[in-house]
Amino acid sequence: MTDKRMTLDEAVADVEDGMTIGIGGWGSRRKPMSLVRALVRKGVKDLTVVSYGGPDIGILCATGQLKKAVYGFVSLDSIPLEPHFRKARQNRALEAVELDEGMFLLGLRAAAQRLPFLPTRAGLGSDVLKINPHLKTVKSPYEDGEQLVAVPALNVDVAFIHMNRADASGNGQALGRDPYFDHLFCMAAKKAYMSCEKIVSTDELVSGGPLQSLVVNRMMVCGVIEAPGGAHFTECLPDYGRDERFQREYAASAKDDEAWDAFRAKYLELSEDEYQKAVAS
Amino acid sequence: MSNEEATRADVCTLAVADCFRGDGEIMVSAMGTTPSLGARLAKLTFEPDLLMTDGFNLLLRRALPLGVEPSEGDVEGWMPFGAVFDTLWWGRRHVMMGASQIDQFGNQNIACIGPWEAPRAQLLGVRGAPGNTINHVTSYWVPNHNARALVAKVDMVSGVGYDRAAALGPAGARFHEIRRVVTNLGVFDFDTPDHRMRLRSLHPGVELQQVIDNTGFELVIPKTLDTSPTPTPDLIAVLRQLDPQGYAQKEVAV
Repeated sequence: MTDKRMTLDEAVADVEDGMTIGIGGWGSRRKPMSLVRALVRKGVKDLTVVSYGGPDIGILCATGQLKKAVYGFVSLDSIPLEPHFRKARQNRALEAVELDEGMFLLGLRAAAQRLPFLPTRAGLGSDVLKINPHLKTVKSPYEDGEQLVAVPALNVDVAFIHMNRADASGNGQALGRDPYFDHLFCMAAKKAYMSCEKIVSTDELVSGGPLQSLVVNRMMVCGVIEAPGGAHFTECLPDYGRDERFQREYAASAKDDEAWDAFRAKYLELSEDEYQKAVAS
Repeated sequence: MSNEEATRADVCTLAVADCFRGDGEIMVSAMGTTPSLGARLAKLTFEPDLLMTDGFNLLLRRALPLGVEPSEGDVEGWMPFGAVFDTLWWGRRHVMMGASQIDQFGNQNIACIGPWEAPRAQLLGVRGAPGNTINHVTSYWVPNHNARALVAKVDMVSGVGYDRAAALGPAGARFHEIRRVVTNLGVFDFDTPDHRMRLRSLHPGVELQQVIDNTGFELVIPKTLDTSPTPTPDLIAVLRQLDPQGYAQKEVAV
């Protein structure tokens, strides 16, 4: 089987300006932050990010690399409002496609199934249809004739996800209690890259948790990156919880340009190894 | 038994619990402290069949006190986000959400303040509000009833109200129900011919004028005013057990 192990920088090598990136996890939970940091180092710009948004969207707003965000929410969970995202929205520095969370899921599923859209009631009657004039409704072809929202597929160029464990060929394991929708991000993407806390043998992977925890299979990903602490500062249970102190420091960096520049210099203008050392101290 | 007097927060919690009366075997998702406490009170007293999570992904067989981590013996099932979406589309759910703004037909906004294109304040985003409101029963909790929260027109319709639902026609609106709005001043419903918000009961000690002055639209006021029930000493004792730290007491503006 193909050995897909690679470095973080290799995983972002194909990302070009203007691309659409899907990012797994949920809010401030199991986000592939080491890959987000690699995107910051690479400096690609005019990105569109499709995400159940957390600090992934926030950081790329703060670095000015994000042109457009597609989301149902952007939150740090324990800090409900993502301050960098708020700032970008309030300064009109960001194009936004705001969807109902369930519509967002159907958009991912449509992309994964290679369908143009999937129908739902979610969105009907709300201003989601008003703020997204590209969204259309569809009439049921059956007797009921019901009018439904046709959620367009959320196709992405590249997807990034973070798992607890993986093997070298790209089988991935989520050991926490919620798999979120990471497999769908991979399937909605032309290419998907998976970081993980630890790369283990396939035997160890299979014996390391219930079979249901093997939520990603090797067809879905073209690169595997061992990145211990790769979800920091978001939670990656059961390996570690959210680093709340660090998250507060991150949130406080939205105060002004000076605060952000200091945060950026301290934590983002360095290699992943240096980052992990900086947050450990 | 408890010798304590009921507080306004206790009255609010009981009013929240009453929103779930008759719901039976469905999932309750209660966002925020008072909704969470009220749902637990309902499960513990008169709606034992309700399904409730730990706020993450475990279904719990017991109503635990706020802040207590569930142990294995408290778990009865699994409800990750994927299953939450399946459940809400299935309709077997009653959600109680907050509302940064809510209008006379129950349209709710949690997305932003000001025009969506250029918000003065970006809030959470619509989250699941559009899908929740069109698929199953919804109630709202507003801990600080004022004319900035209860407004003539919300800035962005996140949760769908009765006028918007009616405009969809009978098919689109058939699963839509906004059951109650509970605030720190009273309880409100939409049991009026055109589904305008109606004062259902005033919390003890609240004057009608106070509600009128703090509401940014014209409420339907019934001829005879009801008072929200005050929890009995037995219920107060249950509430103290369910919220030993008094989190709910801090959430309610008096």
